[in-house]
Order: sequence, then structure tokens, then C-alpha cells
Amino acid sequence: MSFPRRRKAPKTQNSELHEIDGENEDDDDDKKRNPKTNLRKDKRWSCVDSCCWLIGCICSIWWFLLFLYNAMPASFPQYVTEAITGPLPDPPGVKLLKEGLKVKHPVVFVPGIVTGGLELWEGHQCAEGLFRKRLWGGSFGELYKRPLCWVEHISLDNETGLDPSGIRLRSVSGLVAADYFAPGYFVWAVLIANLARIGYEEKTMYMAAYDWRLSFQNTEVRDQTLSRIKSNIELMVATNGGKKVVVIPHSMGVLYFLHFMKWVEAPAPMGGGGGGLDWCAKHIKAVMNIGAPFLGVPKAVAGLFSIEAKDIAIARAFAPGVLDKDVFGLQTFQHMMRMTRTWDSTMSMIPKGGDTIWGGLDWSPEGDFNCSAKKLKNNDTQTADQSGKGSLGSTKRVNYGRILSFGKDVADIHSFEIKRVDFRGAVKGNNLINTTKCDAWTEYHEMGIEGVKAVADYKVYTAGSILDLLHYVAPKLMARGDAHFSHGIADNLDDPKYEHHKYWSNPLETKLPNAPDMEIYTMYGVGVPTERAYVYKLTPAAECYIPFQIDASAEGGSENPCLKGGVFSVDGDETVPVLSAGFMCAKGWRGTTRFNPSGIRTYIREYDHAPPANFLEGRGTQSGAHVDIMGNFALIEDVIRVAAGATGEDLGGDQVYSDIYKWSEKINLQL
Amino acid sequence: MASILRFRKLCYVEPVKCSSLGFQSYVTPKVGKKDDGIVPKVKTVVVEKKREQQKKKKKKRQPKEWRCIDYCCWMIGYMCTTWWLLLFLYHCLPATWPGFQVPESPGTRLKREGLTALHPVVLVPGIVTGGLELWEGRPCSEGLFRKRLWAGSFSEIFKRPLCWLEHLSLNNETGLDPPGIRVRAVPGLVSADYFAPGYFVWAVLIENLAKVGYEGKNLHMAAYDWRLSFQNTEIRDQALSRLKSNIELMYLTNGYKKVVVVPHSMGVIYFLHFLKWVESPPPTGGGGGSGWCAKHIKAIMNIGPAFLGVPKAVSNIFSSEAKDIAFIRSFAPGLLDSEILGLQTLEHIMRVSRTWDSIVSLLPKGGETIWGNLDWSAEEGHGFSFAKKGQASMSGNNLNNSNQRSLQLKDPVKYGRIISFGKVASQLPSSQLSTFDSKEFPRTNTSTNFNSSCGEVWTEYDEMSRERIRKIAENKAYTARTLFDLLRSVAPKMMQRAEAHFSHGISENLDDPKYEHYRYWSNPLETRLPDAPDMEIYCLYGVGIPTERAYVYKSSPSEKCKNIPFRIDSSAEGDEGSCLKSGVYFVDGDESVPVLSAGFMCAKGWRGRTRFNPSGMETHIREYRHKPPASLLEGRGMESGAHVDIMGNVALIEDILRVAAGATGAEIGGDKIYSDILRMSERINIRL
Repeated sequence: MSFPRRRKAPKTQNSELHEIDGENEDDDDDKKRNPKTNLRKDKRWSCVDSCCWLIGCICSIWWFLLFLYNAMPASFPQYVTEAITGPLPDPPGVKLLKEGLKVKHPVVFVPGIVTGGLELWEGHQCAEGLFRKRLWGGSFGELYKRPLCWVEHISLDNETGLDPSGIRLRSVSGLVAADYFAPGYFVWAVLIANLARIGYEEKTMYMAAYDWRLSFQNTEVRDQTLSRIKSNIELMVATNGGKKVVVIPHSMGVLYFLHFMKWVEAPAPMGGGGGGLDWCAKHIKAVMNIGAPFLGVPKAVAGLFSIEAKDIAIARAFAPGVLDKDVFGLQTFQHMMRMTRTWDSTMSMIPKGGDTIWGGLDWSPEGDFNCSAKKLKNNDTQTADQSGKGSLGSTKRVNYGRILSFGKDVADIHSFEIKRVDFRGAVKGNNLINTTKCDAWTEYHEMGIEGVKAVADYKVYTAGSILDLLHYVAPKLMARGDAHFSHGIADNLDDPKYEHHKYWSNPLETKLPNAPDMEIYTMYGVGVPTERAYVYKLTPAAECYIPFQIDASAEGGSENPCLKGGVFSVDGDETVPVLSAGFMCAKGWRGTTRFNPSGIRTYIREYDHAPPANFLEGRGTQSGAHVDIMGNFALIEDVIRVAAGATGEDLGGDQVYSDIYKWSEKINLQL
Repeated sequence: MASILRFRKLCYVEPVKCSSLGFQSYVTPKVGKKDDGIVPKVKTVVVEKKREQQKKKKKKRQPKEWRCIDYCCWMIGYMCTTWWLLLFLYHCLPATWPGFQVPESPGTRLKREGLTALHPVVLVPGIVTGGLELWEGRPCSEGLFRKRLWAGSFSEIFKRPLCWLEHLSLNNETGLDPPGIRVRAVPGLVSADYFAPGYFVWAVLIENLAKVGYEGKNLHMAAYDWRLSFQNTEIRDQALSRLKSNIELMYLTNGYKKVVVVPHSMGVIYFLHFLKWVESPPPTGGGGGSGWCAKHIKAIMNIGPAFLGVPKAVSNIFSSEAKDIAFIRSFAPGLLDSEILGLQTLEHIMRVSRTWDSIVSLLPKGGETIWGNLDWSAEEGHGFSFAKKGQASMSGNNLNNSNQRSLQLKDPVKYGRIISFGKVASQLPSSQLSTFDSKEFPRTNTSTNFNSSCGEVWTEYDEMSRERIRKIAENKAYTARTLFDLLRSVAPKMMQRAEAHFSHGISENLDDPKYEHYRYWSNPLETRLPDAPDMEIYCLYGVGIPTERAYVYKSSPSEKCKNIPFRIDSSAEGDEGSCLKSGVYFVDGDESVPVLSAGFMCAKGWRGRTRFNPSGMETHIREYRHKPPASLLEGRGMESGAHVDIMGNVALIEDILRVAAGATGAEIGGDKIYSDILRMSERINIRL
């Protein structure tokens, strides 16, 4: 306290001095100088110093808290959680260890699209200092620091679908490739940790990381990834006493592994691995597909068409603010579109099986799905507001078959009322004037006004015509992609053309390997609204912008609760509709069919979505969402049991909550 | 790191602050006094003054609250802001600072010459440099799952040192995991590219390889748990099978191009072990058949090879006192010093490192034939003449170790006496030395366990009686042969375990079927090289740095429990021009491995067609003379010859790149020798 008083004193003295001036000149001089310096100091304090003071305060508190945090015992958060919510259940690994389960079959993880890390091995000038740093995954720090450079390095060559010259971006290898996508955002980490509890370690776990931007066959051509997976599986079987591996693919990894199973048994001259016809039977015990998009996802269509899928996994959810084009005026969407259209792998996710599977203009397998009923059950924040509206009104059938429709009315009315003008022959207008203005070049600029109009005039697109549409709007991508992927249904699987690798990742155009002892599981979440069909509109300013947009104003209201924000949703895991994930195991491969000649047993394990009870739980232990399901305790338990030797029967066979059987019945497919 | 820096800054800012306060309080009282003097005089304006005072009070309320804490905050804020500003400026700096020219890396230069990736490359890291991560641990290691315990930031040493030591130890009986603990090698290139943040091991080489086109598919790091004996890495982790499978895969996917293997330090003998393992039949071997190496391997480019062991390993096992078996000691010398915290760090280190079998693989091999006996050694005389040459080339900054000016020496240094008790004993002629056969060490008196009061037995020295300790010290000098008796006596468990896995002799007859046992595979003097006439073996190592070769010990009996009774006698200094400094005799080498150990096999043991090299594969010696970094900006130097820093040596990198791109040893210039290795090898009398 003494200090401020002292500081005050000179000032009062100063005022005095002016009143009694002339009394003592000599003293005055001395005194004046002193107070003056003091005064000046005070003035400075007011502004810059206050700032400094504030910063100092914040820093000190921050350090103090950091210190406390570091000094805190590691079990503290758990203790708090337990105090609030009651004792937590044991993690499945611990629980099963108590039951006496031990490491048995080696485990192979196959990550999906987007979740795998990519690192730089060679780059242009602007990427200096990033050698072997992650460009994709991790902190995404470079996206903020040098966005254009980043986009340039993440893109592939638009002609070949391989590396652009002078750039080599490769997938990170090892478990670190996809354990965490970003710091704190787990993908495989929880599963890995639980497997480790019962004794798994690096020698019995293998992450089949691959460059998810490439088409599947190109990963072999460029990186020999498939050979690498084959060699590693063989090694693990050999070093673990001949025990077969359990493969756990996730999302697009499911298709990748389908491709692998065909590749590995195909003879080497056909671009195969030359493993012989019984390779799978000898090396694989079970394939446990998590969130499997066997028949594609409608999201991929919206993603390719206008980069507007709610998220093609996480990319958009991860940085929605940054990617928003209005923020920086950087035409982020266009950049994104240009970038993603160089990725062949997105093509693998386009809906397969055409109208037979996904429904025609007036028919779809999921037509009677009652969104409101479903939504009452889960109180996800995302859907809670809908449930009130939808529960009362009588819902009418939704035309899910119309995957894209222009205008909400078109999505509803009967098919013979729609006036359609075929776009296929339409000439693309040639207005090249404006293209120079746009930094980001997309193929829409080549289409011109006429092309855009022709697309909109066709009004409605089903799964069959979608491919034509994409051919029209993204000719280069589709030209490349057609050489690597196919989206049809085979009439005769013995046709020699099906030996080409482009069919290998389509379950409707390949046979499963001859391995009667193998088991195929499909494990996915249900109870989360999942994008299934879109209502589009034309955007007015068509110069540098993408001319099509989801019509976010199209709301179904009480009449049609499935429509919200221009998107029709069905049951699923937020990304993959139930139909795509479950159909093959429910019908296509069940028993001995032409797609499954050796009668491999299939099991459906559904996990009903329950959002995290409170904030402390993070992403939940009972989630059914596409990526969060990897932290679902029930799923982890199933995986561990199978890895420790259980069969599908031991697990309890099928576990179904959705209407997948009913819907599969409706699909008329020759088996 | 940054936060630590900031914290340190904070600490030393504090006094400054206080002094400024002191200044203030010194000035103000004076003013206050004068104020008191003036006030009573002026009575007429009291009311006004008071009013004004009140006004002022209101105005100055803010400054009134400036207190000590506020000044602290202000100071901290100031420092932070400045720090951030500098940081920001630093980030804004153009990458190529004008005036500071970054020399072109060998990778870029060779790429311009047209070199591209041809042969796949396998890197085999050495001891200590590979990362280890936790897979299963005790409760005290909560939250460290799949975090690095070894390498990386080492933050856990500081946070929970005892827990850390417990997890890094192996089982003292089996040499494998203790129950409930699984610590495994980090896989992939990340396992040994950087040892600690900013301390590169393989990173520079990897970066240069990438410049000419290498990437994940043709570059493989054969990470293994370097604490285990070599055969145990296969038994526990199947590390050798994994390496075999990866080499086969790379051979297959790279158009049937043979691999170039680049092992470093202990990795060299690990890979020797692999060469034998892979061709041996299954139960203990890899079953690759006798043509496997010829088919898959183009060249082995051994960096800093410890073929015949290193004397450092002796002192490390004996008393945990090697200057550094790579980094342990140099990394945190202050921390490890036992006197500071009273934590007996050295004893802890000894306890932990004695559970690591792999250290035994580094003990000197070949006995007195190679390393010299009581009166003779191959290096005598040469250590000096060379060190002088080294001095001329080194800019004199590394020469505090030994003063090498004098030209003549009356008696050659008796390097053969790897451990001698007392300086005198290290110099006396053997006839005057009181020595007896070390096998006579009484090994039975473990019953005289007088120090049971010490509670937990930490080191095996606790189990030894005073009598034996005295006896050990009485036997003045130990050579490479008697050394083993000594170690067996002081570290019985470790030697018993490890001698099932390693052997250190010279074989008389290589056809003896006993040499099919895996314990001989890592000793180049007890195995044949594989039948692969086209394969090439390179010895790449630095010279020109004084390297530990022999030690002067003293016994330091102490009443304390848990004490190591032997110490290097750091007071033993040689006179002017001697190689002895602080109790250690130095020879030429790369700071860890003496030239003899690194070069002998390539210079003589395998040169031409010998019994160790029946197919006559070519050997090449490439020496790199040490040049300390010219300036601070160079970091660890581009022309260093030190054991680990040599991995950033541009000449070495260039050699490796050329061979990987297809060149043969003759094309890169054959032998390049600065040391006296050829003459030293001549003096070694070994049947070839």
C-alpha cells in the first residue's frame, strides 16, 4: 500500500508549486524536473503499458493453468467424469481381457477415404521445408499458411490421375497413418488401444495405408501398395503360426479391399497379384466391413456435382468456415472442386447398380421410410427440431429414386407431369471470355450457359442417368474414372470382360473369392439421418461460380419431414445409407448366390446410434455415425471377439434394427 | 522447448523488475519529505488544494493500483510481446537469407548430374538411436500408450524418472520383457530419423535420397528393439523375418533390383547376424537358402562399423562410465550426475543398462590377438603419429583431449591393457606387474552377504564382498581376454544371459559345426561371409577424433550401499604429449569406434579371398577426415567425422547416393584412407 501513496505525492506537490510559485526558485527547478518525469511515465502507462499488462496477466494465468494441467494426475478427467455420470463401463479391451481373451489372429486395418495422412516427398518451391511433413491429416497448418500451394500439392494431374510433375505426395505408413485424423480426433486409435489391451502390438496389427486419392489400381501401379499389403499379410500369417488374418476395412477401404481380394487372386499378366485361386481362403479368416459403402453413397454425387455434400467424410466439417467462399473471396469452392475432381477415388463411391438398386422416377426401395418415426427415437440435436413437426402429419412416399431434382416441386410430383428435355445431345456453349477472370478453373466454364441450362432442363436424375450427367459436367474426371471403375450390374459374371480390374471394386460385377470358410461382416450405425437425394437450383451469377447449388430453402415441413435444407434423408450412419451398407450382406451375398458362389457366410451387425450423453464423453461410446462408430464399444467388442477367434455365430449372428430386409426384398435382382 | 525458454526468461527477468522497484522506492521518499515541508506553509489554499486533491485522486485511481504484481505482469507482457514480434519477424524472413548461402545439398547436385533412384535402400539403425514406444505398462505409465519413452523429447524422464527406468529395463533373468510391460520399437522411417527434436540421425541422408527420387516404397528403415540380443528380436518381434520379407518385397516391386543396405554402428553387427540368419535353415534361421544374399543384396555400406567391438562398452558395463555409449551421458550429463540430487543416477543407469543384452555385442572381440596383450598392441605408436596429422587438419578446437605435440615417446602406450588400476600399472612393463590369473576370482562367497541391510539389491556390486572388490583391484591390468573374466565376476547375470547370444573369440576352424549356432553370427571373426561374389562391403567411418581405447581405474570403496566401487581415475593425466587424459587413453577413431575396430575386417580380415570371406567379395574402405563445423550456423557440420554426426557428412552421403544409383566401389574411387589402418592391420597376426 505504501507504494501508490508515494506516487501520488509528487503530483499534489506539483499543483502546489504553481500556486506558490516564486517562493523558492532554486528548489522549484529541481522539483519540477522530478514530477515531470513521473508524470510522463504515468501517461505512458495508460496505453501501451496497459496492453502489456493485460498480455502479461493473461500469459501468467495461462502458464499457471498449464502448469496445473501438467501437474494434474492423468486420471483426473476420468475421475471428474465418473463423479458426474457415475462409474464408466470398462473399455471393451479391459473387459474382454478379464474374460480371458488373448491375441490370436493378426489384424489388418484398411482406412477409408480422407482419413489417411499424406506426406510430402518432393514439392515445388513454395513447399520448401515441408519435406516429410504431413500435408493431409495432422494439424492442417499449411492449409492456413499457404492455401494455394497446399491445393496445388494435394491435387493430382487432371489427365493421368497420377502425380503432377515435380510433386510427390505419399501416404504415411504404419499405424500412425490413420490413428488420429487431427490431434484429438481419433479414427482408429480407440480400436488400436483396445486391441493392445489383449496383447496386440505392431507385429500383429498392420495398417494398410494407401494413397486414397488414386484409383485403386493406380495405387499398385505407382506405389505397389497392393503388393505391399499382400506381402505383409503373408508375413503376418507366417510369423503368427499360420493363423489367418482378420481384415477390418472402413468406409472406402471396404471397396479397396474388395478390389484387393480380386487383384490378389488374378494372374500377374492381368495386372493381378498372382496369389493363386486359394490365396484368400488360405490367408483371410474374416472381413469385418465398418460403414461399408458397397453400393456407393449419394453424397459422392453431390460432392462431384457441386462440392456440396454435407461432408465427404470430414473435410468440410473440419473447416467449414475456411472453405466458405464468402469469407475470403477466394473462391474456395472452385478450388475444392478443381482439387477433388482430380481424385479418381471419389468415383468409386458413385451409386452403383443404377435404377435397380437405387430406384427409378417413381419407385425406390426405401419409399415408405418414415423419417419422423425414426427421429423420435434419437434425440440428436441435429434432428430434434424436426421430430416435433413431422410426427403428426401423415407422411407421404418420398421419391428417393430421384437423386437430383431441380426444384422442390419436381421432386414431389408424379413422373408423367415432369417435362424433361434431354441434355445429352446439348451443345456446350463456348463462352471463353470470362474464364481468364476466374482464378480457379472448373470445367463448368467450358460448358457455357447453354450447357448449364440443358442440365437444369432435364429436371430429374436417377442413379442411372446420374452417370450421364457426370459425364457431361466433368468429362475429364469421368473419362479417367471409367477406365478404373464401373457402376453397373453384371448380367453374366462369366463374361471374360469381368476380368478387367475396373470391375473389381463393384460387388455387383464380381464374384467373391472361393473361400467357404471366410466370413464377411457388415457393421454400420443406424439411426442418423443420411443424405439420399437432393433438390438443386441454378445459381444466378454463373460466371466464376459453380452454376448449381443445393436449394437450401426447400423444406418438407410436416408433409414431408424427410426433406430438410434441400436434402432428402433416410436411415443410415450420416454418410452411408442403410441400403448401400447392408444390401449385399442381407441379400446379394446371403447364401450361395451368383455373386457369392462358394457360399461365404455373411453377418449384419447394426449399431443403433445414441448420441453422447454429455459433453465429457467426447464423441460418445455408443455412436453410430460414420467415423465416430470406430469408438463404439459394442462394435469394438465384436471386433476383438472375432480377432480372438470367435465366429459370427458366437457373436450372435445378425443384429438388425433397420428395415434392411424389407427394403432388400423389394429390390429385384437376379441372384 | 519454446515454453521452457520463455519460462527461463521469466525467471531471470524477475530480479530486474525488483531492482526497478527498489529504485522507485528510493526516489519517492525524498520527494515525500519535501512535500511535508511545504504543505504547512501554504494554508490559504488548503480548501482548493483539497478539492484538487480529490479530483486528482479520482483521476489517478488507476495508477494508484499499480503494484508489484502489476509490474510483474507488465514485464511479462512486454517480454512476450517482444518475443512474439521477433518470432513473427523470424517467420517472415525469406528462406534464403542474403549473405548466408546455404550450400547445395549433395542430393540436389547429384540429381542435376542425372542420378536417379535405382536400388532400393535399407537403413539399419544402431544402438540407442532408435525410438521405443510403450504398448503395455504399469499403472504409473498411465496415458503413455504408444508414446515414445526413448528418443523424442524424453519428457518422461523428468516427470516420472523411476517409472521411466522401470519400463525401459528388461527382465534380468531372461533378457526379455518384464511381466506386464511391453515396450516396442517404433516402426518406419520416423523411428530413427531424429533422435531428439533437431538432433538428426538419418534425416539428412533420407532427405538427400528423396532428392534423387527415393520414397517410402524403395526406402526402408529396419527398426528393431536395440535393447535385446539379436536373436531375441526375432524370437519376440520377428524383426528379422520382417526385414527379410521387406527386402524381398522391395526387390520384387522395384524391377528385381538388389538392395543397398546402410547399417550404422551396432546395426552393422546386427546386419551381419541377419546375413547368417537368413541363409540358415528354419528352426533358428530364416530359411532363405544359400543364394539369398547373392540374389537380394548389392552392397552393404557400413557406417561407423563396430565390427570388433568398442572399448567404451567395457567401461560402460563395468562402471557405467563410458564418456557416452552414444548419447546417454552427453545428452544429460548434469542430470545423470549422481551427486547433485543424491539420486544415485549412475547406479540406476547401471541397473537398467545391465539388463540390455545388446551392449554385450559391443565388447571387444578377438581377444589379445586383435586388441593387444599386456605389452603389445597393434596401435602403439600409431595413435600419436596420426593424432598429429589430425591436429594439422583440425582447427585445433577438438584437441583439449590430448596434447599431442611431443614426437617421441620412450615407452609405447600399452593400449592392450584396456583396464588398469592406477596410472602406474598402465605403464609398467609386465614383468613388474603383480598379476594373477583372473579366473581365480573367488565366485563362491556370495554367502557373505553382509550388506543385506541395504534392502533392495540394485546392482550386482551390492552382492559382492569387499574382499572380492579388493582382489579385483589388486589384479592391476586387464586385457581384452582377461576382461571377460572380470566382467563375469562383476556382472554375472548379464554375462550369463548374453553369452548365450554372443561370442567374442576367434575361430580356429570355421568348419566346426558349433559355428552354426546363432551366438557366433554377429562376430565377424567366427563366421564366414555369405557366398555372394558380386556383393560389396564398404567400411565408411570418420577419423581424426580421439577415441577411448583404454582406461585407468581406481577403486572407490565407500560405506554407502548401492554404490559402484570402481571409478575411472580422472586425475590420471599423462605428461606432455601423452594420450592419457582424465584416466582415458585415446587413439584415432570417430569418437566411439577406434579405427582398428571399424577398419580391420575390410582392410585385412575380408580383403581378397580369406577364410572369413570364402567367395572373395570386394571390400572398400572409405575414411572421412573430421572437420569441426566452421561456424555456429553449420550446426553439427557438413564434414564431421564423429560417430553420429558423420551421417550428415556430404562426402559420405554422396558415396551412398552414388552406390544406390548403381555405381560400384571402383567407380566411386576405391579405398580412401587417411589413418594407419593398413599398417596396424599388418601387425595383427591372424590366420586368414
